[in-house]
Amino acid sequence: MSGTTASRVERRFEMLRSQQRGGLVTFITAGDPDPVTSAQILGGLAESGADIIEIGMPFSDPMADGPAIQAASQRALANGMTLTQTLSMVKNFRATDQDTPIILMGYYNPIYRYGSQRFINDARHSGVDGLIIVDLPPEEDSELCLPACEAGIHWIRLVAPTTSDQRLERVLTHSSGFIYYVSITGITGTQSAAGTDVEDAIQRLRKHSNLPIAIGFGITTPEDVAMMGNIGDAAVVGSALVNRIEAGLDDNGDATASLVESVLSYVRSLEAALRPPKG
Amino acid sequence: MPLVLELENAYNLAQQDPDFQKEFDYYADHYIGRPSPLYHAKSLSQHLGGAKIYFKRDELNHTGAHKINNTLGQILLAKRMGKGRIIAETGAGQHGVATATVCALFDLPCVVYMGTKDIERQAPNVFRMKLLGAEVVPVTSGSGTLKDALNEALRDWVATVDDTFYIIGTVAGPHPYPAMVRDFQSIIGRETKEQILRAEGRLPDLLIACIGGGSNAIGLFHPFLDDEEVRIIGVEAAGLGVDTNKHAASLTGGEPGVLHGNRTYLLQDEDGQITEAHSISAGLDYPGIGPEHAWLKDVGRVEYQAVTDDEALEAFKLCCSTEGIIPALEPSHALAQVIKSAPSMDPEQIIVMNMCGRGDKDIFTVAEALGVEV
Repeated sequence: MSGTTASRVERRFEMLRSQQRGGLVTFITAGDPDPVTSAQILGGLAESGADIIEIGMPFSDPMADGPAIQAASQRALANGMTLTQTLSMVKNFRATDQDTPIILMGYYNPIYRYGSQRFINDARHSGVDGLIIVDLPPEEDSELCLPACEAGIHWIRLVAPTTSDQRLERVLTHSSGFIYYVSITGITGTQSAAGTDVEDAIQRLRKHSNLPIAIGFGITTPEDVAMMGNIGDAAVVGSALVNRIEAGLDDNGDATASLVESVLSYVRSLEAALRPPKG
Repeated sequence: MPLVLELENAYNLAQQDPDFQKEFDYYADHYIGRPSPLYHAKSLSQHLGGAKIYFKRDELNHTGAHKINNTLGQILLAKRMGKGRIIAETGAGQHGVATATVCALFDLPCVVYMGTKDIERQAPNVFRMKLLGAEVVPVTSGSGTLKDALNEALRDWVATVDDTFYIIGTVAGPHPYPAMVRDFQSIIGRETKEQILRAEGRLPDLLIACIGGGSNAIGLFHPFLDDEEVRIIGVEAAGLGVDTNKHAASLTGGEPGVLHGNRTYLLQDEDGQITEAHSISAGLDYPGIGPEHAWLKDVGRVEYQAVTDDEALEAFKLCCSTEGIIPALEPSHALAQVIKSAPSMDPEQIIVMNMCGRGDKDIFTVAEALGVEV
């Protein structure tokens, strides 16, 4: 990161440390199920307990995601969501919330098409704090990772159980903000991991990096969140939240009046599980 | 990434091992039936009244297409790596059948991902795969075609990489697949070179092959790339026309992008979303193209043309009536380009076209297009 002042992400993990609790990272897909409802959900996430917000940039071919998030992408795209609109959604959020970090997550092609440098500039001006681009490995750092780092946007990488120690060094080279540990070998939202396996993996990771670690993939219930938030520094909930959105649609696929509240009350139940101090 | 790095490493070692090549050659000769003939299509040549036309008869391979050259190579690699389970994606079903075939031969369980739309229009191949012992998993996500089957196979693979080998069917996907598939398919071009030198004492003037992902084409072209006197044309599927939104011509009508782990030309909208490909031929129905073809286009070594559904159908009919060969709809696209190129060439000039698949699987599609009830 450029400059000496701490970034929003760093300040947020500092706050979590001082409160002695794990953080809650929530994932929604931009424009799911439609741009208006999606913006309403985004607007309520922080006060419902989300410490960090991940926003998926919809893509037609999300091959690292399971059926739930793929369906979310398709709903958003069917309702006309674009990358430009995703960035304005962040900008609007930032107008009223200066503290909650926003991480954009997605695939490279829409960004490539938008123009990498143009995207980085617009993301920075919109108030994006970090990027997770799942189909850009460290071998391709010059594409987007280095421009992002230069602009002061965190480059957050996924680390999987299959990532070897040797590979880890390379993966972590330009990583900042936090590390996203993928607790299972596979895709999003399909199964959950055993706590002991994850504990061992996090210990291994800590030997390689001082960055905070968020644990994700397959985290569904308040109990999961409490356990993973305790093992790592934060727990990421994605597919389970997106499933709530899907459950709030009527037969035509339109959002029902209770959808937003049902998603946010679910987030509150997850946040409550993290409230008792750690240790 | 660890999974493709492991694969690359294993493939590099296999390439240096003479026993690996020996085993490949053994099954290529005795099981696939290689070398496939290089056949002088005299009647068609006469009918078109120009260049001398040869067909590289890869439709005579066991399973009826070039696909098995690659599945043989990859399953031998899977065995070397000690993998106990095979997965594959398929569009038209030819690659699925070729994968199910080698899995039956080497007694490995096989799961084939196939879009629901493709399952509908390629029912005979679905039944073939099942007869061969494969499990065919319908893919409903996205547009229910080849690209979605590929997404689903990748999802399976990242969750099962310890014991599973993913046999990709074309020169797409992450490295090393495009290079590895090309290497296994290059047997087509190597044989062609030997055969044409024996028959004519010189290299051909023009090579023509159809392109979906581009594996049969790169297989024919690759051994000739350094022979500058050989002109090379790859033929994409123009569907209803490249100026409509119903085609599969990624090079002619697409834009650069990144999908499935490689940068290439893709059918996409202005927001970078991948759009659906259309062709009468399910095997050409992929919104991308092997990255090496993208490079060959950019450096100008290979020309890329596009042929419509209707032109391919005409070529299909002409091949049946003049040569007594029912071609697959995929090489019918190449044949349509032969029909365009041959008449203006001299009788001493030579065209080699890759007849990469036989047409039995397509007769119902053709009947429907011609308005005939079977």
